[in-house]
Amino acid sequence: MPSSQAVSSPRPVSDRLAKRASRHVKERIIEAILFASAAISVFVTLGIVYVLLKESMVFFSQVSIVDFLTDTQWTPLFDDAHFGIMVLLSGTAVSSFVALLVAIPLGTIIAIYLSEFATSHIREIAKPILEVLSGIPTVVFGFFALLFVTPILQWFLPELPGFSLLSAGIVMGIMIVPIISSISEDAMRAVPMALREGSYAMGATRLQTALRVVFPAAISGIAAAYILGIARAVGETMILAIAAGMQPNLVWNPMEPAATITSFIVQVALGDLPHGSVGYNTIFAAGLTLMLFTLVFNMFGFWLQRRYRERY
Amino acid sequence: MSEANSQISSLPVKAEVKNFDFHYGDFHALKNVNMPLSDRKVTALIGPSGCGKSTLLRSFNRMHDLYPGTRYGGEIVLHPDRTNLLDPRVDPIEVRMRLSMVFQKPNPFPKSIYENVIYGQRVRGVKKRSVLDDKVEEALTNAALWDEVKHRLHDMAFALSGGQQQRLCIARALATDPEILLFDEPTSALDPIATASIEELIHGLKDKVTILIVTHNMQQAARVSDFTAYMYLGELIEFGYTDEIFIKPRDKRTEDYITGRFG
Amino acid sequence: MTSKSSAEVALIRINIARRKRWDLLFGLLGILALATGLLTIASLFVDMLIGGWERLHPDFFTNFPSRRAAQAGILSAWVGSVLVMIVTATVAVPLGVAAGIWLEEYAPKHWITDVIEINISNLAGVPSIIYGLLALGLFVYTFGLGQSVQTAGLTLALLILPVVIVATREAIRAIPQMIREAAYALGATQWQAVKDHIVPYSLPGILTGVILGLSRAIGETAPIITIGALTFIAFLPPPPIMEAAPYVNFDWLQAPFTVMPIQIFNWTSRPDSAFQQNAAAAGAILVAMTLTMNALAIWLRYRLRKNIKW
Repeated sequence: MPSSQAVSSPRPVSDRLAKRASRHVKERIIEAILFASAAISVFVTLGIVYVLLKESMVFFSQVSIVDFLTDTQWTPLFDDAHFGIMVLLSGTAVSSFVALLVAIPLGTIIAIYLSEFATSHIREIAKPILEVLSGIPTVVFGFFALLFVTPILQWFLPELPGFSLLSAGIVMGIMIVPIISSISEDAMRAVPMALREGSYAMGATRLQTALRVVFPAAISGIAAAYILGIARAVGETMILAIAAGMQPNLVWNPMEPAATITSFIVQVALGDLPHGSVGYNTIFAAGLTLMLFTLVFNMFGFWLQRRYRERY
Repeated sequence: MSEANSQISSLPVKAEVKNFDFHYGDFHALKNVNMPLSDRKVTALIGPSGCGKSTLLRSFNRMHDLYPGTRYGGEIVLHPDRTNLLDPRVDPIEVRMRLSMVFQKPNPFPKSIYENVIYGQRVRGVKKRSVLDDKVEEALTNAALWDEVKHRLHDMAFALSGGQQQRLCIARALATDPEILLFDEPTSALDPIATASIEELIHGLKDKVTILIVTHNMQQAARVSDFTAYMYLGELIEFGYTDEIFIKPRDKRTEDYITGRFG
Repeated sequence: MTSKSSAEVALIRINIARRKRWDLLFGLLGILALATGLLTIASLFVDMLIGGWERLHPDFFTNFPSRRAAQAGILSAWVGSVLVMIVTATVAVPLGVAAGIWLEEYAPKHWITDVIEINISNLAGVPSIIYGLLALGLFVYTFGLGQSVQTAGLTLALLILPVVIVATREAIRAIPQMIREAAYALGATQWQAVKDHIVPYSLPGILTGVILGLSRAIGETAPIITIGALTFIAFLPPPPIMEAAPYVNFDWLQAPFTVMPIQIFNWTSRPDSAFQQNAAAAGAILVAMTLTMNALAIWLRYRLRKNIKW
């Protein structure tokens, strides 16, 4: 029995197979590059968090968070500066509310109609309409809101000022309709035909089947649509920057001009922003607030979407 | 064939299939089917996969209208008013209000047990609570489910087992007082114990309601039905009393299927 | 459970007629809702065309912005848009396609994969102005890239990255598994399978996604404003091609700039109605650009899909 003989290192069988080692290394490098590209998304998120937090911390070292949350005035660039985020939040909330008042009914009706009623001819006309609507740049929508919709609204409501949350909100609502209708429609189409057959077999009409069986069955997907619509409304900038005026008023009446978190950031960015000034840091604090809200809405919406996809 | 037929035709008839054809697009799926459906008896449709038995069943309540490219030919006449169910002038909704269907895979709605059973009533606009309550009890009792669920009528239907869900679907179908009850392979998705309870249920409904049942399980047809129709490649090969079909089939093709030579 | 008398049948028919009336009403409601969308689009177009008609002449495309509305044009704006789009595409396409390939072909079942996927979904929902803040805080100052074409292009690239990634993933998913198996069975390495099969076959879908992403990027205003694109740019960035060596110049990347949506925003905000005509004209052009890109993307998808028969 051969005893403690040193085992020599295994020699490759041939040159051809020896290439395998370098091929392997090359594959690994490529995989690493591809992984790095995918991981960049994580770095983008981290970058956003870092930037928002870093500059906001400077802000909050100068302004107490209690004041930030409770002050009812927003005058950050004045000598007697006030930093009540509520003012901007009221503008965001009211405009989003108006937008959803338009978008949710329209979007839901369109979704139910396309999913349960429309023939393929109609669907073929509807799809491009919705795609075009979602492709129009928001700055153009803003122009439309200011110079077309507002005068028309003023015909019905003479006391409506030239800049208002109402006008901006309505146009924002129309912009959001494709989001709500497409996600809702997807959710309803995912409901299995067997459920519909069960309803029709009992003598139900199309509308009864749509409202009593399909809609409730798709409810988590439809809720996801609404929530993602809310997130979109809250984050919208240009329509509000152009048509809602940029006066930071704490208002709850849509027929008034007001600033939102987003239009405030634009307003400041348009002016001179010395790096490190109070104004500069304020937009990051405002941005942080916006980010928190949209993050919550989006996570909730995506979670709901995953749930309805698992169901069927 | 005519002697047995004249015996059968002397029985009260609930519906008659006359020269029935069916096309899926260009595919000629059912060819010249003629068959009576005796009143308050159970008729079974058997045959190998693809023979057209489900297609025939689903024509009774115009389910094919929901899909494009389908074409009915011939008539299915409902008695006593002699309405042709396939007539394009007859509203499919009307047909479905008079006939009920139980599907292969239990398909309760994502609603409570109570709401599932009275869905047919709600759809007709019945609102009175007492009427609905009575209907629920009656239907669930006839479906042999009442005792098991009477204390949890407002639980979600999904909480029930597969066999219970199918009985719920039967209760749902019974709650609208159908003139014909259509069963599309009602036990193929169920375990043997649930299957047995459904078969017992069907047996109990006999003499109360006209039943047409499609089944790929020959023993089930033999156990449950009064009449059997054997179908093959879209044609009705043989029709007659269940006992006769299974003991002494007249057509060789029927015999081959029943003895298991194929299918 | 017996037969229905003719009186009962008549009642059934009345019941059905009543219920079907609602069906009809809802059908009308649905068409009305769609018509609202159509009406919006139509009135938007018509309004812009009528408003800007006077300005739509060739000079409009070759004039710089000016204090006099009639002579103000979009030269710096559309050139700026094109340059920024070049940077955006150059950054977003390789990154997005590589990320999509990794996620579909390489990613293991691991919590890191989940984190990456969640991040991408999240980024898709982040408001565009937040990307502007990211750019301002990080790119303009910390990285020192300045308020320039490269910053804008980089920011928009990150903005449309989720679009490109999703388009890549869906295009790759459409490739049947048997194609991969055939490649591997012949001895291909993973990268060879990707390079020779996965990427070529998914190219149409990827291209469609990229064009749709770019058509979105070209209309984005908020992030560009935040970076600090100036709105009165009466000059063009230095040209990329020179006569003397080294013949290619990258100075334009660091130049200040403006883009179409910024120009529109600027003109819209002027109280002078003459400038609103400019805004309308520029708006109509921007919408035309966006729609053309969308139509191109859809046509490409249709055309190139026809050649593939799995």
